[in-house]
Amino acid sequence: MAERPEDLNLPNAVITRIIKEALPDGVNISKEARSAISRAASVFVLYATSCANNFAMKGKRKTLNAGDVLSAMEEMEFQRFVAPLKESLEGNRREQKGKKEARKDKDKKADSEEQDKSREEENDDDDERMEEEEQNEEEEVDN
Amino acid sequence: MAARPSGGENRLVSLPLSRIRVIMKSSPEVSSINQDALFLTARATELFVQYLASYSYKHGRGKEKRALTYSDLSHTAEECETFQFLADILPKKILASKYLKMLEKEKRDGEVKEEEKEEEEDESEEDAES
Repeated sequence: MAERPEDLNLPNAVITRIIKEALPDGVNISKEARSAISRAASVFVLYATSCANNFAMKGKRKTLNAGDVLSAMEEMEFQRFVAPLKESLEGNRREQKGKKEARKDKDKKADSEEQDKSREEENDDDDERMEEEEQNEEEEVDN
Repeated sequence: MAARPSGGENRLVSLPLSRIRVIMKSSPEVSSINQDALFLTARATELFVQYLASYSYKHGRGKEKRALTYSDLSHTAEECETFQFLADILPKKILASKYLKMLEKEKRDGEVKEEEKEEEEDESEEDAES
């Protein structure tokens, strides 16, 4: 799949907002600076991915996992990110789980015949998280 | 909790996961990315943007005018080891006039060297003849 140049860029509005949050109020950010940071962010993703992939390959895995990304951060000298990242990950997992359960409750109400099936699925969190993958993604289950 | 489109907005991260994934997948050696890894990469990128911006502002001269400038960023890439991987995409900029002067100086230096070389050759020829 050929990517158009703009597909490798991150949305300006979001980047600008993140920059503003990091700086004191009232600081002006030149358009050039914002554009440069956006490019830097894309390069960061590439660098982090490449680094994480090395860890996955070392572990003889084809799928990048959370541990690979965290190891990459340490390798890239961004250890300061590791603790906040772990926290965010916890939060995200809780939220994904909550969403799933909310959807299941909705299903239960819609069709009472499916009740037994849902109860079985509730006991298997790991597999469900795998299923939650984006449709295009082919997922290998690594246990 | 209201249902949200998958791969869309997540209030724990603002950068769109779908876009992050496109960038990650542009890397040829990467086969698949699990959901946690995708989320973490997006979140790490946000932390990176904040860090690059605040570090550059703190250590740069732009703050004399309460601004974050390109020069602050390029300075960071050059001076700070952690950000050195950005040096190629954030090169230092110089004024066109300065660059032209540099070129002229190089040309003059080149001409002086040529003259000196010719003088040496002339001298050695004279020595040879005498």
